Amino acid sequence: MTIQEIIQPKNNVYGKTPVLTDTVMHYCPGCSHGTVHKLIAEVIDEMGIQDRTIGISPVGCAVFAYNYLHIDWQQAAHGRAPALATATKRLNPDKYVFTYQGDGDLASIGTAEIMHACNRGENIVVVFINNAIYGMTGGQMAPTTLIGQVTSTTPYGRTVELNGYPLRITELLAQLEGTCYVTRQSVHTPVAVRKAKRAIRKAFENSALKKGTSFVEVVGTCNSGWKQTPVEANNWMVEYMFPAYPPGDLKDR
Amino acid sequence: MALKGAIVVDTTKCKGCSVCAVNCPTQVIALSKEVNAKGYPFAFMQIPGACTGCTNCATVCPDSCITVYRVKV
Repeated sequence: MTIQEIIQPKNNVYGKTPVLTDTVMHYCPGCSHGTVHKLIAEVIDEMGIQDRTIGISPVGCAVFAYNYLHIDWQQAAHGRAPALATATKRLNPDKYVFTYQGDGDLASIGTAEIMHACNRGENIVVVFINNAIYGMTGGQMAPTTLIGQVTSTTPYGRTVELNGYPLRITELLAQLEGTCYVTRQSVHTPVAVRKAKRAIRKAFENSALKKGTSFVEVVGTCNSGWKQTPVEANNWMVEYMFPAYPPGDLKDR
Repeated sequence: MALKGAIVVDTTKCKGCSVCAVNCPTQVIALSKEVNAKGYPFAFMQIPGACTGCTNCATVCPDSCITVYRVKV
């Protein structure tokens, strides 16, 4: 059987979902953002909720997320995506509302907003990309940066004396009454990607069931900020990020 | 029953991150010597006969530029 005989529309088993636009993503090669965008698009496609989903894009690398998914979008001020999502969901209770935020957005300037949105138990989905660095602005230290990790603002490595400890905000949010599902995933291998997709799907389903806030952290890579190749960055993440941010469900009720 | 697969890479969108190549269980995928319009090498099937159409490469592709085809023979 030749390659041309295999490549027929009837044999197609996997391809780009129509919820994703044809725009080429501006992300660096191998960036986790692209994979997570794809998972959200696939979940929206499979649940058939494309016309009932509103996304809130953050400030950070993912600010242009509205260019990549064929759904309704709003773009929030830095860190304020959960506040905007609260208003959007309360005004449109039959819609699926999700925020897509990075660690500089959610765990730093937006800590108040995410804490109170989760504590109120807003029926929204929060997708949190944790790559332990400020990617867009040039690789500065984030609250989630690991001890000893070199960034452009911690050139000798982050120290506890000067910069404190890495902020495990997902563990904090899991303690709040308002959250119904808190999980930490990653997207570096096919198995991890499929697990992360199931987690995102469950989060969207919880939103319809009005169970509270669903929070999906995705431990990701920033190979440009970490000064590594995409494959090296994935290995570095497994070796150094996973001990500090172990994948798995923190809360499911 | 064996599975035969093939992939089609959107070479204009591929950024040559090679995450697909390391996650391919049969080492089918490699990066090209030539580059696309953006200056990136792109993924291609260097051993087409070994592809099983498992979709691992397309699953991890951040830019959704791989389409997978599979037949049972």
